[in-house]
Amino acid sequence: MNIDTIKNGIVIDHIKAGQGMRIYDFLNLGELDCVVALIKNASSSKTGKKDIIKVDRVLDIDLNVLGFIDPNITINIIKDGERVHKYHPELPEKMTNILRCNNPRCITTTEQELPHVFILTDREKDEYRCVYCESRAPALK
Amino acid sequence: MKSLISIMGLNVSEIDSLMALADDIIARPESYQDAMRRKKLGSLFFEPSTRTRLSFEAAMLELGGQVLGFSEGMSSSAAKGESVADTIKTVSCYVDIIAMRHPKEGAPLVAANNATVPVINAGDGGHNHPTQTLADLFTIHREKGRLDNLTVGVCGDLKFGRTVHSLLEAMSRYAGLRFVLISPEELKVPSYVKQHLKHNAIPYDQTESLAEALPELDILYMTRVQKERFFNEADYIRLKDSYILTPAKLENAKKDLAIMHPLPRVNEISVQIDKDPRAVYFKQVLNGKLMRMALILMLMEATK
Repeated sequence: MNIDTIKNGIVIDHIKAGQGMRIYDFLNLGELDCVVALIKNASSSKTGKKDIIKVDRVLDIDLNVLGFIDPNITINIIKDGERVHKYHPELPEKMTNILRCNNPRCITTTEQELPHVFILTDREKDEYRCVYCESRAPALK
Repeated sequence: MKSLISIMGLNVSEIDSLMALADDIIARPESYQDAMRRKKLGSLFFEPSTRTRLSFEAAMLELGGQVLGFSEGMSSSAAKGESVADTIKTVSCYVDIIAMRHPKEGAPLVAANNATVPVINAGDGGHNHPTQTLADLFTIHREKGRLDNLTVGVCGDLKFGRTVHSLLEAMSRYAGLRFVLISPEELKVPSYVKQHLKHNAIPYDQTESLAEALPELDILYMTRVQKERFFNEADYIRLKDSYILTPAKLENAKKDLAIMHPLPRVNEISVQIDKDPRAVYFKQVLNGKLMRMALILMLMEATK
């Protein structure tokens, strides 16, 4: 499959083999009514196997958050059938309502309406901490 | 409008200014006795506290201000399920500054985000207690005349003790310090605190022996092994008496050692030591009130 099969949308490439479904679920791609392809175990010259996701729609979300799931992925932006931009996601400084704090002593456990906000505290270690209780972020499910 | 949520929310120069102000309150108390006249402190204690609540209230009263509030969550509308945000928006209509203690970590930040007056964190669970650290820093300043070039021993519960973590963090901004971390294996300082020390190139030693560490110390900061921080009572009982300071142990200590403790004490410092001029833990209580006075003045000045 080639990326030119998409007119306007994104191709998330070089996903670690087996992680594609996680990203598919995380982005709620099952809810979309456009063309969405999840390719598992495609051949990769770098890693042997990889997963790829193709979405024939421009998504209105900050895809940098995907760097928290898999920092090696590449994101290709497709416009009029052409790749116009390719980048590695950079970890966002702040994530709101992406992760949930799992510290039972955190104020977010009793005040349900509070947004769950995490701040990047160590870029080298991909470390995020809860803005309220400063607990380390849990892994993305 | 500025609030104080964590000790790291104050830079070194702001801490220096607060200490200078507290020094001046000691030198010229009459100049401050009406400084907060017609101003009100909201003393919002969602969980019980004797020392900190009375300290804040005494601080405001000594500045000529007034105090209103509650001393446990069950006597506030939180018991009816009101959110921290709504409570704070309401109380902001009544008072000029708020001191707040809450059992949940991060609650004072939520308060500060919703208040229209300054909020001071008076302790949020095992997380932050910045005014205790201000009391500690000011005590070292008063006893030693400096916050740099000291060997500081911290002893006891270094794993759960929030006062120790905040003190280490706050002092790591000063030069020429060395820390001696004295605790049983089970209650060692968490790795993130040690990383903070390494990151700031602060030398430290870890030891399980209080007696061996004592002779080199300028400051000894004792802590209580707190029952409420343990999930398992058997572990608490086994470790609570691990480190008790006695007159015999003090024989090899420096003559100008300063013995500190955030209080309350259980039995980790023998009462016989209270008469020793090196025991400064009750001065620390007084210093806490003075620094809270200075902090109220600074935050209120910033809102003008």
